[in-house]
Amino acid sequence: MKIDIKDVLKRFRPLLGLIILSVIVSLISPDFLTVGNILNVMRQTSINAVIAAGMTFVILTGGIDLSVGSILALCGAIAATMISTGFGVAATVFATLALGILLGVLAGIAITKGKIQPFIATLVAMTLLRGATLVHTDGKPISTGYDAAADAFAWFGTGYVFGIPVPVILMILVFIISHYILKHTRFGRYVYAIGGNEEASRLSGVRVDRIKIAVYGICGLVSALAGIILTSRLSSAQPTAGAGYELDAIAAVVLGGTSLAGGVGTIFGTFTGALIIGILNNALNLLNVSSYYQMIAKGAVILIAVLMDRKK
Amino acid sequence: MSGSPVLQMKNICKSFPGVKALNDVSLNIYAGEAMALLGENGAGKSTLMKILSGVYTKDSGEMIFKGKTHSPKDPKDAMNKGIAIIHQELNLIPELTVAENIFIGREPVNILRKVKYSEMNAEAKKYLEQLGEKTLPTAKVSSLSVGQAQMVEIAKALSMNAEVIIMDEPTDALTDVETENLYKVIRNLKAEGKALIYISHKLSEVFDVCDRATILRDGTFVDEKPVSELDEEKIIQLMVGRPISDRYPRCHCEVGDIVFTAEGLTNSRITDVSFSIRSGEVVGIAGLMGSGRSEVAKSIFGEMHLKKGKITLMGKELRINHPSEAIKNGISYVSEDRKQLGLIIGMTIKENITLPALKKFQTALSKISFGKEEEVSKEYIDMMSIKTTGPSQRVVDLSGGNQQKVAIAKGLVTAPKVLILDEPTRGVDVGAKKEIYEQINILKSKGMSIILISSEMPEVIGMSDRILVMSAGRIAGEVSGADATQENIMKLAISNIKNAV
Repeated sequence: MKIDIKDVLKRFRPLLGLIILSVIVSLISPDFLTVGNILNVMRQTSINAVIAAGMTFVILTGGIDLSVGSILALCGAIAATMISTGFGVAATVFATLALGILLGVLAGIAITKGKIQPFIATLVAMTLLRGATLVHTDGKPISTGYDAAADAFAWFGTGYVFGIPVPVILMILVFIISHYILKHTRFGRYVYAIGGNEEASRLSGVRVDRIKIAVYGICGLVSALAGIILTSRLSSAQPTAGAGYELDAIAAVVLGGTSLAGGVGTIFGTFTGALIIGILNNALNLLNVSSYYQMIAKGAVILIAVLMDRKK
Repeated sequence: MSGSPVLQMKNICKSFPGVKALNDVSLNIYAGEAMALLGENGAGKSTLMKILSGVYTKDSGEMIFKGKTHSPKDPKDAMNKGIAIIHQELNLIPELTVAENIFIGREPVNILRKVKYSEMNAEAKKYLEQLGEKTLPTAKVSSLSVGQAQMVEIAKALSMNAEVIIMDEPTDALTDVETENLYKVIRNLKAEGKALIYISHKLSEVFDVCDRATILRDGTFVDEKPVSELDEEKIIQLMVGRPISDRYPRCHCEVGDIVFTAEGLTNSRITDVSFSIRSGEVVGIAGLMGSGRSEVAKSIFGEMHLKKGKITLMGKELRINHPSEAIKNGISYVSEDRKQLGLIIGMTIKENITLPALKKFQTALSKISFGKEEEVSKEYIDMMSIKTTGPSQRVVDLSGGNQQKVAIAKGLVTAPKVLILDEPTRGVDVGAKKEIYEQINILKSKGMSIILISSEMPEVIGMSDRILVMSAGRIAGEVSGADATQENIMKLAISNIKNAV
């Protein structure tokens, strides 16, 4: 088989960007390329990356999900409440993830059966759920407490397995499973097909509505997982947690080369996209750039990356 | 009538990576005449037109327009020089008015850059009247029929003083009345001295409106001849390089038992449609545009909701609410619009072919077996003789005829008992058409029941065992054998319309 150099370059452009960025950063800051710092970057990236994986499913169908940050906050708060009121870790995690799926599925139903545009439906969800979080927390952080259950729960955010932080392991698991689903299963093929041409997919016998609802359910699930990681790491749930996370997730997906029109993109691209954002944050910290300028730098890098992607 | 050509394209060559699209092609266009540009899909017609209209630049060769070298920088430049192209898919903005579309980018403005609407509308009206169009300049394009929208495109070309007007498959989506109207406009344009290039797969049209024909084959120039020296058989022979003996090679197979019955199908678009079909039978559905032909198919297939009616397949009554249920029960539908409804053109051939039957390719952990997928798609590529580099080629890179074959393969992969083909040869060249007809025969001889919907009357007559004629949402009658003539079908097709008036 003939290998098309241009095609390969196009496919691996996000990875190329990641490598170039890493080389530049390691030249400027010798602290960057240390095992400790790399693991640090990965752990900092994990929350955004996990959400971005779910966002990839949604964007591949041609949709968008703005409610991920609010789902994270509400699920995180529920988790903190459950742990602090004596539910076990297993029950808490199970209930929290189930709640995430439910919230995503509800948005999916509003989009498919209610025929509301994804942007609007998830904007509504974002607002409603943030409000629900504020009501539930009364605007104050909820501590997970100091008992054995709280200590066990803290493992998700602060634990290590073979020297690797648990959030990093969870992130890698999420990406391996997502890759398998998207590239190797019928469901994944349908996700791409719907993004490519929704009408033609339906006429090919694809249950478009069901797939779309499931996709928002997946996005809700990973948002809840991100909520567990964050709450566990901080040993408390913040009412304003996750605000603006939807934009970081979308940025990671787009940096990874996934088309906002749907149908085109890879989960691997999203992973590199999330890492690029993570490394950028890390590098600007290492270089002592003020957080105000960090946002400007981040915006500029995303702009350049997207512009490069437009030019063929 | 023949003078020296107003536009000459001489020895044009154009290569794309891996393919020589045009090799030494010449084309002469004469003022006051329509030149038919004919050839199979992939013969190089579009490439040639794209060079003329500034989309591509030629590798070598020469273009002379009104005595001067013509080398357009881009489509806008070509248009300013007087060459307008009217695409098959019209390029109008639906939410703007007719006048706004005609003058888009060139609106007359006053000193404050405010558009002078009254002047613009009056100008637009002038051009529309020149075409005998009663459409108001202030009407939104979204409210127009396809035929009216096309007139807006022609008005736009006139407003830019186009001297050469290229029409690509202009009648493809027109009703018969609209087609007649278009012919009238074309004759007027010729009388005014405009030069036309007319691209169509419907050969009969060439004799209706064109004066000469240029025939291309595989990117090379075959011949230029006055239409008076040609007939359809001759044109086909020049296009494919060999005579095609029988254009509609219908096989008379043994028909079996009744497989499928529709009784009293009724919804907002169709009324009381009943018919049945036996195994090994091809039932044609004819009728004018908008008569409800496709709606019958969509209602059976679960894409349109049925208010009343009963569908029976192999003696079992079916309730179909979604296309997936129709497919599961053994009904396939190949849509009339392969790009919008039939295929996912950004995906590969194999991904398209297997999409309706993906369940069959599943192994443990709901993993798709890529090997089996590849193998089955190869079988269909061979069976349909799809010209491709392989199952992993993207459908968007195939020619129209090959795309259509992928769409049909997609309909077959579920091994249906009833196959509904809606305009299976629209925009498909003569060679590929014949291959599709032969495939229909093979399926028929294997006992498949086929419903063939088509607006090309010779095709329905030639390929169907019986023909149902629809008129205003109802089945107006059935013809077969010696009664299946264009006249009889037409009479039935307009019968309910007259009653309604």
